[in-house]
Amino acid sequence: MRIRIKFRKYGVMKFIGHLDMMRYFQKCIRRAGIDIAYSEGFSPHQIMSFAAPLGVGATSDGEYLDIEVLSTKSSGQSLQALNETMAEGVEVVSYRRLKGSDKKAMSIVAAADYELYVKEGYEVPDVDYEAAVKEFYEKPDEILITKQTKNGEKAMDLKKLIYEFKVLRKEGKPVFYLKVCTGSTDNVKPQIVLEAFFRFLGAEYNPPAIQIHRKDVYGMEQGKIVSLGEMGEDIG
Amino acid sequence: MRKLALSDEILLNIEKPARYIGGEVNSVMKDKENVDIRFVMCFPDVYEIGMSHLGIQILYDMFNKRNDVYCERVYSPWPDMHRILKQREIPLFALETQDEIRKFDFLGITIQYEMCYTNILQILDLSQIPLFAKERGKDMPFVIGGGPCTYNPEPLADFFDLFYIGEGETSYDALFEIYKVWKASGAPRREFLRQAANVPGIYVPSLYDVSYKEDGTIASFVPAEDGIPSRIEKQVAVELTDATYPTKPVVPFIKAAQDRVVLEIQRGCIRGCRFCQAGMIYRPTREKDVNTLKRQAYELLKNTGYEEISLNSLSSSDYSKLKELVDYLIEECSERHVNISLPSLRIDEFSLDVMGKVQDIKKSSLTFAPEAGSQRLRDVINKGLTKEVILEGAGKAFEGGWQKVKLYFMLGLPTETAADQEAIAELANEIAVRYYEIPKEKRHGKCQITISTSFFVPKPFTPFQWAPMHQKEYYLESAKTVNEAVKNQLNRKSIRYNWHEADVTVLEGVLARGDRKLGAVVLHAYEKGCLFDAWSDFYDHAKWMESFRQAGVDPDFYTLRERGFDEVFPWDFIDAGVTKAFLKKEYQNAQKGAVSPNCRVKCNGCGAGKYQGGVCVENPD
Repeated sequence: MRIRIKFRKYGVMKFIGHLDMMRYFQKCIRRAGIDIAYSEGFSPHQIMSFAAPLGVGATSDGEYLDIEVLSTKSSGQSLQALNETMAEGVEVVSYRRLKGSDKKAMSIVAAADYELYVKEGYEVPDVDYEAAVKEFYEKPDEILITKQTKNGEKAMDLKKLIYEFKVLRKEGKPVFYLKVCTGSTDNVKPQIVLEAFFRFLGAEYNPPAIQIHRKDVYGMEQGKIVSLGEMGEDIG
Repeated sequence: MRKLALSDEILLNIEKPARYIGGEVNSVMKDKENVDIRFVMCFPDVYEIGMSHLGIQILYDMFNKRNDVYCERVYSPWPDMHRILKQREIPLFALETQDEIRKFDFLGITIQYEMCYTNILQILDLSQIPLFAKERGKDMPFVIGGGPCTYNPEPLADFFDLFYIGEGETSYDALFEIYKVWKASGAPRREFLRQAANVPGIYVPSLYDVSYKEDGTIASFVPAEDGIPSRIEKQVAVELTDATYPTKPVVPFIKAAQDRVVLEIQRGCIRGCRFCQAGMIYRPTREKDVNTLKRQAYELLKNTGYEEISLNSLSSSDYSKLKELVDYLIEECSERHVNISLPSLRIDEFSLDVMGKVQDIKKSSLTFAPEAGSQRLRDVINKGLTKEVILEGAGKAFEGGWQKVKLYFMLGLPTETAADQEAIAELANEIAVRYYEIPKEKRHGKCQITISTSFFVPKPFTPFQWAPMHQKEYYLESAKTVNEAVKNQLNRKSIRYNWHEADVTVLEGVLARGDRKLGAVVLHAYEKGCLFDAWSDFYDHAKWMESFRQAGVDPDFYTLRERGFDEVFPWDFIDAGVTKAFLKKEYQNAQKGAVSPNCRVKCNGCGAGKYQGGVCVENPD
């Protein structure tokens, strides 16, 4: 039986990297007494996979891992057992059984959306961001940037990889909403979009000033982009 | 939500920010306004090392069980963080509340090895606490040291307000009660120290005067005022089974050196190896009740979620109910997919059987610690391990499928000759010969024998506390002798040899048996930038040597002399249980090559019997 767990990551947990989060969840699963399945072989490991790594420094409302279990309690009981052993900064918000046809989260990840906002104590230039987004994103046919890869620099067209880009306002400060292509082939980190945008504005992008907050991760299901959290069903 | 002491900008630009944020599973959050005493416990090395230390977990848990105490943690900031804290003048903070350490009531520092002494000064310096105890004002924390190095605390005497000699389980409650009364009274700092000096096990260095003879040895060591005890008795948790034990240890987010739960099964060792300080200062050997251990093992795994449990003791094979405990763990752990690690096991049929069940034989290696190459020298050090036992154990292991063997030795032991050094390589060769006796079709390729040597450092409260060390050149020469001898062995292709640096050994030797004059050296070294001296990448020998010159202290005085039986040692004011008369007799036995039986075979009258506990009162049947 396969289970999809959705969790939030906030507060000081944003400093914990992806590999350490995996180790963290392995221990949580044991503490909570989840009847997880183990792989065969001399050094068995828990059957667990994370959907999409989140960078150090980012917070999230929608992180996912899939696990395989031998038996399970209800969604409610399992959530309670898991949340009783969480550190402050991680909260498990859903625990759903996947259908046989549902694919592994990491294999279908297609998009993620983010809010990037200005941290307390930092400022960004006071410009008409709404108009700027139109000029930067909506009007052009392509947005070319150069991306550093292992094999040197590579030209990349961001236009077709950004699914949505808009500016919201919170307490007068801009909040940049981005929905971007995510996954193993064309993975777009939100900060490279913002960096290109600020360059377009002739302003400097100051990474420590911006908090990256992931809202959710989406998978491709029958040609449609669907939240990973909508797949599967609650266990009564 | 907790607010951190450091900005995102700092934390996202240093290595492993998780070292500084706290908030780990099982870390204790209390209302700091509702306690009387705020204690911060420090392990003066990097987080991943410090978090692996059992002693701090015990005290952290024990202190936090008191409603009136809030105990937090701090570790040495890594050099990248050190630079930032210095440059920006950010005071060092505790992990839990992220509050400045200088605002606490106590800063407790566990002192596990000599090479962390400059890291202790770093903690004080970054905390913006005066380095010298005498310069600390009324609002500054009391700095208290504990751990094995406090069996000779003298090189650090200037920097600490107090030392706790012995096992922490016994006297902290009394110390806290005195502190609360003192704090409410508003009396001067020295008044608390005077009262603390009368708590069993507490040593207040500023209340003692030391004078030296012309030759540099100690003339007298006496209390500076009336009402201060002249001897400090080490503390022993006599009933270890009933002692507090943390079943909810803090679980780090990042991988610690010891990435597993640790279950202490006994304290002390019956063997009496003459080089081993732990084997002397943790006397008497005390076992914990096996049913208590089973329950604690279960709770530890449940509360932490670790996938490995390790049994902790100086010599696990000597634990009388080991088979019962291990059988229970194997059953309990296989259900939960938890690994068992069993360090410090003697290699015999039982341990091979157990290891075969809990480890991947192909990957794991067997470890022997003969410590000396020849039987003669093993008798000198009272290491009751014979070549026959080693070869038999290795033979059984090879037949059971093992191919890798690790051998640990020390060079520079008292009475050592070149023949003893060469015997190291010969022993490794004989083990290899034993492997190749197995028919070709039954073995899997070559065996791998790894020899590691370290250089012997005499420690206080051991029979070798009188013994001289050697010049650096001697150590390098002896490593070369072993290396040449390895190359001359028939099975040299199956043997690898690693040895340690000699510079650090000499410094460790100076600090281990040093006196108060070394405080200046440690200070100069820190001021010159020495830090993380236990890490070979960071150790800077030239700076240390320059610090000795600057302080006018000759390191050879501490290392090259054979001390006389009438010499007053800096640590003589400590009553560690084992008597000087016993240690002297053992030193003389060593020189004769006479072995002493272990505590279960026969009592050697070491002096620890006065605690009326453990092996000293075991029923012989």
